[in-house]
Amino acid sequence: MISVQNLNKSFGATPVLQDISLDIQPGERVVVIGPSGTGKSTLLRCLNFLDTPDSGKITIGDLSVDAAHASRADILGLRRRTGFVFQNYALFANKTARQNITEALVTVKGMSRADADARADTILRETGLEARADAYPASLSGGQQQRVGIGRAMALDAELLLFDEPTSALDPEWVGEVLDLMRKLAESRQTMLIVTHEMQFAREIADRILFMDDGRIAEEGPPADLLDTPRDPRTRAFLRRVG
Amino acid sequence: MRALDVDYMLGLLPILLGYVPLTLFMAVVGMAFALVLAALMAVERVVRIPVLDIFVRLFISFFRGTPLLVQLFLFYFGLPQMLSFLTTINGVTATIMGLTLHFSAYMAESIRAAILGVDRAQWEASLAVGMTQAQMMRRIILPQAARVAAPTLVNYFIDMVKSTSLAFTLGVTELMGAAQKEAAGSFLYFEAFLVVATIYWIMVEALSFGQRRLETFLNKAHAR
Repeated sequence: MISVQNLNKSFGATPVLQDISLDIQPGERVVVIGPSGTGKSTLLRCLNFLDTPDSGKITIGDLSVDAAHASRADILGLRRRTGFVFQNYALFANKTARQNITEALVTVKGMSRADADARADTILRETGLEARADAYPASLSGGQQQRVGIGRAMALDAELLLFDEPTSALDPEWVGEVLDLMRKLAESRQTMLIVTHEMQFAREIADRILFMDDGRIAEEGPPADLLDTPRDPRTRAFLRRVG
Repeated sequence: MRALDVDYMLGLLPILLGYVPLTLFMAVVGMAFALVLAALMAVERVVRIPVLDIFVRLFISFFRGTPLLVQLFLFYFGLPQMLSFLTTINGVTATIMGLTLHFSAYMAESIRAAILGVDRAQWEASLAVGMTQAQMMRRIILPQAARVAAPTLVNYFIDMVKSTSLAFTLGVTELMGAAQKEAAGSFLYFEAFLVVATIYWIMVEALSFGQRRLETFLNKAHAR
């Protein structure tokens, strides 16, 4: 069970997240949509403290963290219960595809090198990257890099995977393969919180869609309700714009 | 004008080559200590540990702000007067200490700049998978910074090899000291120091070759 209560975050005097509350059930796939600059990415980044929230409470599994008084151990705990997929992939540039997957297994989880390699082989098969296992990120296509990025997050067996616009930086030709991989993950009932502009994808895989505007969750509901019969005028305006 | 005494030089060469291991020993040991110390100071300067930061900045300021020769004299002739347990310090040890501290101050600044040059996304990715700051530095950031800093650090190493010649002022018979002694007997100063210059030059050229190999190795993750 994942729960966010009254999360607030400002950058200087500008409020970015205002009183966000949100529950996610195990196995639930939640998609966040909304105009740029409304705090969607910041919400994800606050859940694992890449950005530090000002106040609120974050619960992931057996760990509850009061954001205003988070200790170093709290922050590590949240990060070790979540996996994060970056818009710009952010693969470790000095590591091969396989090493990107094994790195945290060995360094953070204390897994043996042999077990980590075996886990990486499984993940590389699932992401269709066996042939590129020993390639460095610089020699991989955008789509391949993002699949490694997702594989790296998958390997950690996190209770929640966070996706921050995973296809926004990709050339159109690579978007399909990344969405296909995410679809497979969604079908395995991995708990996911996804920020994306891919509306068709959101409709297919989401159990629930959140529409964010101006640092708040303006409206939420199952894809059919939110995308086809939105109640909030801001949701209607946004959906008209993105077509 | 007189002719160059080539026979004397050829005779001197094997004698002076015998001192190359000592020169390389001082430089390699000094470099090893300096690298570790510089990396630690560079990381400290980036993450800024309160109080310690003041000492690190003071250290860097002092060792960059004063000549190596003055620092060597301070350690070898000065400090033993103040700290009696140092009276047994020998010239080689004092030289290695001086080289370590002096060059670590310069190298800390290049490594710090290289660390800051590593893409911010690399830091975030390390933290997102649950690494501690120390793990992030050791596994992800420093290896990438090393690639950027390598050419500068090799330059400092080359400078360090040549700076070992200052050990002669502390009474150490190394390459320079040995040449000085030989020349004092033969009065063939030009020949003696020309041999010394040639030996240093060849050592540095060998290091430059090593530098190219090192850079190729460090760039392997970035070749397309």
